[in-house]
Amino acid sequence: MFWFTLRRLVSVVAMVFLITATTFALFYASPIDPARYTCGKNCTPTILEGNRKALGYDKPVLVQYTNFIGGLFVGRDFPDNDELKAQHPEQIVHCPAPCLGYSPSQHRTINEMVGEAWPISLSIALGAFILWMVVGVGGGIVAALNKGKWQDRTIVGSALVGFSLPTFFVGLVLLTFPAIKWGLVPIPNYVPFGTSPVKWAQNLILPWITLAFFFAASYVRLTRAYMIETMSEDYIRTANAKGVAKWAVIFRHGLRAVLTPIVTAAGLDLGGLLGGAIITESVFSMHGLGYLAVHSVTTMDLPTIVALVMIVSTFIVLANMVVDIAYGFIDPRVKLS
Amino acid sequence: MSLLTITDLRKYFPTYTTKLVRSQGAPVKAVDGLSLSLNAGETLGLVGESGCGKSTAGRTILRLLEPTSGTIEFEGRDVTKVKGEDLRKLRREMQMVFQDPYGSLNPRHPVGAIIAAPFEIQGVTPTGGVKKAVQELMERVGLNPEHYNRYPHEFSGGQRQRIGVARAVALKPKLVVCDEPVSALDVSIQAQVINLLEDIQKEQNLAYVFIAHDLSVVRHISDRVMVMYLGRTMEVADRIGLYERPMHPYTQALMSAVPVPEPRRDRERILLVGDLPSPQNPPSGCVFRTRCPYVQERCAAEVPLPVELEPGHIVACHFPAIRNVI
Amino acid sequence: MSPFLRVNNLKVHFPTDDGVVRAVDGLTFDLEKGKTLGIVGESGSGKSVTSLAIMGLHRGSRAKLSGEVLLDDQDLLEISDEELRGLRGRKMAMIFQDPLSAMHPYYTIGQQLTEAIQVHEKVAKKVARTKVIDMLGRVGIPNPNKRIDQYPHEFSGGMRQRAMIAMALINDPELLIADEPTTALDVTVQAQILDLMRDLQSEFGSAIIMITHDLGVVAEIADDVLVMYGGKCIEYAEVDSAFHQPDHPYTWGLLTSMPRLDRLKQDRLLPIAGNPPSLINLPPGCAFHPRCAFREFAPCACDEIVPDLLESYPKHDSRCHIPVAKRADLFANVIAPRL
Repeated sequence: MFWFTLRRLVSVVAMVFLITATTFALFYASPIDPARYTCGKNCTPTILEGNRKALGYDKPVLVQYTNFIGGLFVGRDFPDNDELKAQHPEQIVHCPAPCLGYSPSQHRTINEMVGEAWPISLSIALGAFILWMVVGVGGGIVAALNKGKWQDRTIVGSALVGFSLPTFFVGLVLLTFPAIKWGLVPIPNYVPFGTSPVKWAQNLILPWITLAFFFAASYVRLTRAYMIETMSEDYIRTANAKGVAKWAVIFRHGLRAVLTPIVTAAGLDLGGLLGGAIITESVFSMHGLGYLAVHSVTTMDLPTIVALVMIVSTFIVLANMVVDIAYGFIDPRVKLS
Repeated sequence: MSLLTITDLRKYFPTYTTKLVRSQGAPVKAVDGLSLSLNAGETLGLVGESGCGKSTAGRTILRLLEPTSGTIEFEGRDVTKVKGEDLRKLRREMQMVFQDPYGSLNPRHPVGAIIAAPFEIQGVTPTGGVKKAVQELMERVGLNPEHYNRYPHEFSGGQRQRIGVARAVALKPKLVVCDEPVSALDVSIQAQVINLLEDIQKEQNLAYVFIAHDLSVVRHISDRVMVMYLGRTMEVADRIGLYERPMHPYTQALMSAVPVPEPRRDRERILLVGDLPSPQNPPSGCVFRTRCPYVQERCAAEVPLPVELEPGHIVACHFPAIRNVI
Repeated sequence: MSPFLRVNNLKVHFPTDDGVVRAVDGLTFDLEKGKTLGIVGESGSGKSVTSLAIMGLHRGSRAKLSGEVLLDDQDLLEISDEELRGLRGRKMAMIFQDPLSAMHPYYTIGQQLTEAIQVHEKVAKKVARTKVIDMLGRVGIPNPNKRIDQYPHEFSGGMRQRAMIAMALINDPELLIADEPTTALDVTVQAQILDLMRDLQSEFGSAIIMITHDLGVVAEIADDVLVMYGGKCIEYAEVDSAFHQPDHPYTWGLLTSMPRLDRLKQDRLLPIAGNPPSLINLPPGCAFHPRCAFREFAPCACDEIVPDLLESYPKHDSRCHIPVAKRADLFANVIAPRL
């Protein structure tokens, strides 16, 4: 277990570096001048040149990359100019470790932007996760136990619908009707958990349902299929032969086995979502990481793009590792090697 | 000249332990020094329980697995290391019938295609065409040639095994390794397939290596029998010698364990104690010593070498003794 | 005193889209405590379905059961689900063919055996644990206090089957049904398991139903033999009578088609022609007639009338149209020389 974790951590780090290096290289290879967006309409070539130097965009890519990596560990200053630091310290923006970079178009460190955006994405992801797991897995179990009957058909049919409707459609419908027209919930506007948990939840209900709609459908089908397969296993027959009560057979024997693949799939899905749910956030104007990603692409904010790629890929790679380790705990037959 | 001569064949499977980097662990010694010789038209039965290495041996002989060491001589030629085109030509002469009638046939290929495959792969066009040859084969093995276009799932287990046999003998090989060909079949069907194998053997003067765990079946079909345990040979003898005068304790234990359809028989039962040792860590000296009821000190210290105690009867034991246990 | 287990005209039919599968079609037998009944048959004979029917494991499926299964005069087909669950694992228990798939891979042997106890009786964990360790020891598992916390996949095949036997016997059942318990095991391990079962039977006094396709196993362990074919019993006799005076062409076919360890080689095996019947489309009349080599000796049409199960010798029933005397004659002159 220990060696497995260690090995995986090493490969996680290596993979993240590889991804960021690739993104960085693409960034460098793009024809767009990153300094172009540092000033608005009143740009003159001199200002552009000055900004370029200040942000270090004139240096070779390897140096830029090294600075970026270094900044992750010890922090960076923008502009990285010792003279300016000494004379006009107030003009220096300090970006503490891990420094993700500086967004020239937003004139803020990316750390700040991510710091604001991340709790929103986290809130959306976690809430939706709980909702879709309860509905999806629960629905799947009910469907499996009533295979062929009306409960099964209804649930599977709904799942098919949920699966087929695009997130933006569901989101817009939920936004239009329950929020705007009927006034059942306030029009979503993010309220931090610390400020008011109730309001936090109220505002997030619609994004949660939107996101969960799709995933729940997927998990209904997954759970139902695994459950049907598991309930026909020999050890279920043995449990019945021992005289175990019906519900205990379903949950202690059946569900326990089904949870393994479900939990691993859920872990991976959650890991990916932590990087932001782009469409949902956009529909509800919640400024999480997904929204940030879209925004930085439309404004060609390349440093932010690089940073976000790194964050999202780290989440996914870490989620994979956690899920693999968890698998070793859940299934005693698995030897982590 | 013997058709097949195997000398000191070994097949080890590497294992790995990984800490920070992968390193080699103790290999699994599936086959650990197998020597045999087989003449044309003869059947050698390879018997043993699970983990003895008989299936691995069968596959290694056919080069389906690469031997770790040792030599395989076929018709006087060393074929241990032939590759590419030579290996492909060799396969015309050496074939296999597999154990699982359900898994060994591609469910997406019609039966005719399955049996025709050897012709196509080896580029052989029999007189009258491939289809005719296939249909003749089907008839020969007791299938209806009109079922040429049916799929494996439309046949019963016994019929599928016949398909496997037809496929194996399509190109008239000289050697067929039968890996537990009847174990997965019902009793009443087993006899049909055994008879079929015997008939085809007589017709084509085939040599068989017949791998099985069922001692009764092996006794019936083999000319000579080899008993394996943990990758090594315990005893080799002709059919009568082995079954009437077994000399190795393991052979005796095996035979005494087989239930016979005769109620209330008072038999001397030799019960083995303990579990099969791991093939990664075989016991020193005689590998059987951890379970042998007659074990003595010498057995741990020295590996018993195969010795011919009677003509044609080879035993690898320090204290062999005939005990009639049937 | 009526026998411990009485099965009367048991039928198990499965309605399917292609027709009704008559898996068991009118089975009748008795079993006393302390005795072993061997049910012999090939695939599709209905033997496994019978065992599941006795345990009531068809409930909830599409199977239609009829007849009577009287355990200690209580009809298992009529009692409620609750009552049935109370009996399973306590008064009657079952062991299955593949112990690896029959045990839950995620729970330790100890947990699974403890569950077997706790389902029927609330005992303290420590007490249960002691009982489990004791039982594991009695079935011959070495180091039971260590192995109790191991998972099924950490056991060898023979040990696993012993653990399953322990799990079945831990509540001291009066009826044990063993469905091909040794088919998946090596022959030396099989011998050990059969010995174990015999010992445990004399210790516990339970009735055993041993389901198998291996006539050797039946000869070793059974007191009575019931041969099934096409969902029906075609021969039912005490074991000596069954093997020394087999009375049905199918049984003869089984005996002559088996290579035997204890005889010099026969020149050629005599297989039974054809294939086992489809349970949806059973042949009319006697289910075995398409494969029977002795039809010419039957006075009436084997392909029209289903023969009744009649007593041909004391305590020896068989289901065949050929007159008993003729069968005895055929056996003596045609079959016995071959065995």
